[in-house]
Amino acid sequence: MSKTYADARTALDGVLFDGMTIVAGGFGLCGIPENLIAAIRDSGVKDLTVISNNAGVDGFGLGMLLNSRQVKKMISSYVGENKEFERQYLSGELELEFAPQGTLAERIRAGGAGIPGFYTKTGVGTLIAEGKEHKDFGGETYILETGLVADLAIVKAWKADPYGNLVYRKTARNFNPPAATAGKITVAEVEEIVPAGSLDPDCIHTPGVYVQRLVQGEFEKRIEQRTVRERA
Amino acid sequence: MAWTREEMAARAAKELQDGFYVNLGIGMPTLVANYAGDLDITLQSENGMLGMGPFPFADEIDADLINAGKQTITELDRTSYFSSADSFAMIRGGHMDLSILGAMEVAENGDLANWMVPGKMVKGMGGAMDLVAGARRIIVLMEHNDKAGGSKFCPACTLPLTGKNAVDMIITDLAVFARPDRKGSPFKLIETAPGVTAAEVRTKTTAHYID
Repeated sequence: MSKTYADARTALDGVLFDGMTIVAGGFGLCGIPENLIAAIRDSGVKDLTVISNNAGVDGFGLGMLLNSRQVKKMISSYVGENKEFERQYLSGELELEFAPQGTLAERIRAGGAGIPGFYTKTGVGTLIAEGKEHKDFGGETYILETGLVADLAIVKAWKADPYGNLVYRKTARNFNPPAATAGKITVAEVEEIVPAGSLDPDCIHTPGVYVQRLVQGEFEKRIEQRTVRERA
Repeated sequence: MAWTREEMAARAAKELQDGFYVNLGIGMPTLVANYAGDLDITLQSENGMLGMGPFPFADEIDADLINAGKQTITELDRTSYFSSADSFAMIRGGHMDLSILGAMEVAENGDLANWMVPGKMVKGMGGAMDLVAGARRIIVLMEHNDKAGGSKFCPACTLPLTGKNAVDMIITDLAVFARPDRKGSPFKLIETAPGVTAAEVRTKTTAHYID
C-alpha cells in the first residue's frame, strides 16, 4: 500500500471536516508544512482548533488560515508575530489557549504516546496553574497537564522513504516529531522522497508507523529574522 | 555611572563557568555570549539545538537553522539537534546549568514577571516559564528602573508571574543583587556600578534587601 500522494490536495482527500483539531509542526516559520497549510486553506474547511507553537505571520504559514477565518481556536505558546491574530483575538472572534512551550511539546508528545496527563513544575504559581490539579512530590509542588491528540497531524520533514520513515534537517525538526505522533492521521510533506533502503535505519527521526500519507512539496522557507555578520 | 547594556552583559558573563550549558533569553541576554572569553560554554536554543554558533555570513544563511528568537545562526563542531519535546526535557529535567533572562519585575522573594502586561496584547510566554522552572540557576538582566522611574526590583510583582521564587541573581544597570538559596534567604546588594553608591541604589529600589 503506497503512502505517497501526488500533491498536498490529494494527500488531504477525505480527512478534513469542519470543527476538527489539527496539530502542526514548526517553530516560527521554520519547518512548517507550507504546502499542506495552503491546501487546507483552499479546501475551505472551518471552525478548526489548531495546536501549534506559533500562529505564523500575516498571510503566511498558519497566518493563511487566520486570514481566511478558518480557525476557531489556537493552542500555542507564542503568537506575537501576527497582527491579524491580534485583531481577531481582541475582537473575540478567536479563542486562544496559552501553554508554556515545553508543556505544549510534552502535551503533544504525551498524547501521541498514550499518556493522558503528567505533572510538571512549569507554571506553578502562575495563571497557567489556575484550575489545574496540584500535587506534591518530594516536597515540591507540580501541576497536572493533559496530553493532546488531534484528528490530523501535519508535519514537514527533509527526507522520507516510501514507508514514511522521516528525517528532519537542523532546527526545522522542532515540534514536528511529537506532532507526527499525535494525529489520528498524520500527513508529512517532505523536500525529497528517496528510494527504500537509502535512509540509514539508525538515523530515522520519525519511524514510518506514525505517517499515513506522504507528499513531496515545493518550499518557500521564508526567514523571519535575517541576521548576519560581516567578514573581517 | 550606570552600566551600559554591554557592560551589564559583561558582568553577567562573570557568572559563567567552564563547561556550563547555558540558555540565553532573547534581547540583552544574548549579548552575554560575546563576553565568555576562553571559557568552554555550550549555548542551548530551546527550539532544538545545543552548540549554537554565531550569526552566519550572508552567503551561509540557512532557513532551517534559526535560534529561539527566529534569527539565522550557525552550527559548531559540537552541535546537536533534537525535537522541542527533547529540548524541554533537558530544561525541565535540570540539565541546564544556567539561564539568563530579561524581566519586567522581580520581587524580593524571587518571583519573576516577564511575559504579560494585562490590557495590552499578550504575545505568550514561549519557553520562559519552563526555563525558570527547570534551569538550575536563574540570573535576571534588567534596567533598574522603568521608564516612569519605578523600581523593577520590588516588594511584590504586580504583573502576572512567569515563575515563583525563581530568581537567584539580579543584574541591573546600577547594581548586582544575589541570594545564596531559594529557601527564604533575602537578596543582598553585592556590587554597584562604578560611581553608583549603595545609598543611591537604596533610594531607587522599593524591594527589601540587605547591604
